Amino acid sequence: MRKNLITSLIYTLVTALVLGIVYPLAMTALAQALFRDKANGQLVLRNGVVRGSRILAQNFTGAGYFHPRPSAAGTGGYDATSSGGSNYGPTNSKYIDRVQAGAAALEKENPGSPVPIDLVTASGSGLDPDITPAGAEFQAPRVARARGLSEEQIRQLIARHTESRQFDVLGEPRVNVMDLNLALDELTASGKP
Amino acid sequence: MNWQGWLQIALFLAAVIAIAKPLGLYMARVFERRPAFGDALLDPMERLLYRVSGIKQDEEMAWTEYSIAMLLFSAVTMVLTYVIERAQAYLPWNPQHLPGVAPDLALNTAISFTSNTNWQAYTPESTMSYLTQMAGLATHNFWSAAVGMALAVALIRGIARKESRTIGNFWVDITRATTRILLPACIVYGLILVSQGVIQNLRPYDVAPTLEGGPAARQVIAQGPVASQEAIKMLGTNGGGFFNANSAHPFENPTPFTNFLQMLSIFAIPAAFTVTLGRMTKSPRHGWAVLAAMTALFLAGVTVAYWAEAAPNPLLHGVDQRVGAAQAGGNMEGKEVRFGIANSALFATVTTDASCGAVNSMHDSFMPLGGLVPMANILLGEIVFGGVGAGLYGMIMMVVITVFIAGLMVGRTPEYLGKKIEAYDVKMAMLYMLIFPLSILTLSAAAAVSPAYGLSSLNNAGPHGLSEILYAFASATGNNGSAFAGLNANTHFYNFTIAAAMMIGRFFMIVPMLAMAGNLAAKKSVPPSSGTFPVTTPLFATLLIGVILIVGALTFFPVLTLGPVLEQLLLHAGKAF
Repeated sequence: MRKNLITSLIYTLVTALVLGIVYPLAMTALAQALFRDKANGQLVLRNGVVRGSRILAQNFTGAGYFHPRPSAAGTGGYDATSSGGSNYGPTNSKYIDRVQAGAAALEKENPGSPVPIDLVTASGSGLDPDITPAGAEFQAPRVARARGLSEEQIRQLIARHTESRQFDVLGEPRVNVMDLNLALDELTASGKP
Repeated sequence: MNWQGWLQIALFLAAVIAIAKPLGLYMARVFERRPAFGDALLDPMERLLYRVSGIKQDEEMAWTEYSIAMLLFSAVTMVLTYVIERAQAYLPWNPQHLPGVAPDLALNTAISFTSNTNWQAYTPESTMSYLTQMAGLATHNFWSAAVGMALAVALIRGIARKESRTIGNFWVDITRATTRILLPACIVYGLILVSQGVIQNLRPYDVAPTLEGGPAARQVIAQGPVASQEAIKMLGTNGGGFFNANSAHPFENPTPFTNFLQMLSIFAIPAAFTVTLGRMTKSPRHGWAVLAAMTALFLAGVTVAYWAEAAPNPLLHGVDQRVGAAQAGGNMEGKEVRFGIANSALFATVTTDASCGAVNSMHDSFMPLGGLVPMANILLGEIVFGGVGAGLYGMIMMVVITVFIAGLMVGRTPEYLGKKIEAYDVKMAMLYMLIFPLSILTLSAAAAVSPAYGLSSLNNAGPHGLSEILYAFASATGNNGSAFAGLNANTHFYNFTIAAAMMIGRFFMIVPMLAMAGNLAAKKSVPPSSGTFPVTTPLFATLLIGVILIVGALTFFPVLTLGPVLEQLLLHAGKAF
């Protein structure tokens, strides 16, 4: 008993040092040396200022931008220090009401088209960087109107930024909202006098 | 549902089976201390560790000493984590200057990580410093996984050995599990994760004025040493997220490929353990029979979950929930677009078949029968592949009950791989099995009848609320760690009751298991006779599945009827709460 207790104490301290300090620091050094951008969260810089991450949703509300999925992260949504979902169950009336309100608002933007489910449901992380191709397509007319571009131009942009399944097998087709909006800004900047 | 979804499920299962044999044989080599690749480097390092900690590597332990060493080690590591959490404000690697963790939450978390549960009643990115995550929590991911593996190996030795007083050396077993399996795998795996976009840094959180601008529009981006923790979180079936959203968070699980690897790494060691069992007991076909039973139960679970989640919610109108080429459709609340329905349902099944508890979608928002699958997986004892080590010894308990029942049917003393299964062994197996529902049902019932303590934490009303409570205590007792996370568990009541459930589910179940291992090791081996029920046949696998389902159903069917089953019926009757 006593012998095993002493062993426990020493063993814990030594292995805590190796597994809890040396291992993660060594991994950090390797990651920073080999994959610096990825290891730091694929930050989007403009004029040297961090404006977000390519793989985290941030809020876009203007008609001229594509909007990410609804977010339940933090009180205002898209809070990258409080990730998470709504945790509403399928029979929760707060959930039903929120979806119906979201669908009614979107319906006005693009009457006659059914609202894709991903645009009215909160993601698991609250930071889902992607929308479905259907979700992007649905928003195309609004963005085109606001930007003064043709719907065809917007559709081409969506097509260029649609990622297919990884290795053609894994996951689902998707469109990264941050990429798409950056490309939109570029297109408008170069298209304007 | 679509064929692309089924294809991914099939690919996943094929990868698990492909990895099981080589890894399982390697694990047998490691624990039997036969020469293996890496000895030249690792032997001297291990010898140094043994010398400083006073471990005699050739000394074997009886089951009692093995248990004592395991309990002492768990207690010491638990205290260390508690101290780090409480003191984190004064320790380095705390760029956000987070204050010390409150006592009840710190206790709950220390128990949670020691017991391989990784239940998280807190939002990590706003509660735990980088040091706490690295040295207080990720360390436990290694330790508790190594302990689980050691325990399974001890039980296998109990079955394999004849007239032996001892079942191995606890310290040597956890050391070799760490140095030869977990740590090397994590280094490679962690780097692959980074290459796909899992972050690994010690930066302070970035403050980003958002692209669209506006006066108050800024996003604070939590950072951290994630990949190093993510690797062991999955491989050790721990499941404690670096972030609150766990593997739904793009920084933890950025691509479909990382998602595939994460699911594979949950099942890799548990599946391989069936091969290790077969190898060390010199009955490889028994290992395969156990693996077949596990695979059948896995397929049943994932099929129901995928079907339920791909179906439209009948309470929603005017939205397009259809499955198509341009969207995954189905129930997308709490799910990520890159994973869609198939990978979310598959992940939920895998993480609860094993005692992992990582999530890539929010189980609380699953359809009633979709959420029933992870819950039922936990309630069956997480023996479908199961946790590292824990899954195998849980399954062997079921096997013992199965051969006992088969023995009753034919009226002979049951035997298992040459060992007579007698009253003492069956008592220990029954103790193992009865402690589990006792903890879950008693604590759930207590919470469900106390409006002030239990019900005030609910996020959903109606039968779904009962599901939230039941899931919490099932997850805690089963050492899973996933949640119907709407339940606000960071209250004194839940922190203490859930901590108790995690302790009971880990340590109160391990001791009878080790007692049985010790008892089996001491027995003589009897040669198989014509009356022996063979444990290598499809008949055995079928009987095993039957026993698992009947034991689970008899115990938990009533409460499941009041939770998910009732919710399903009311959903289709058009009722919301």
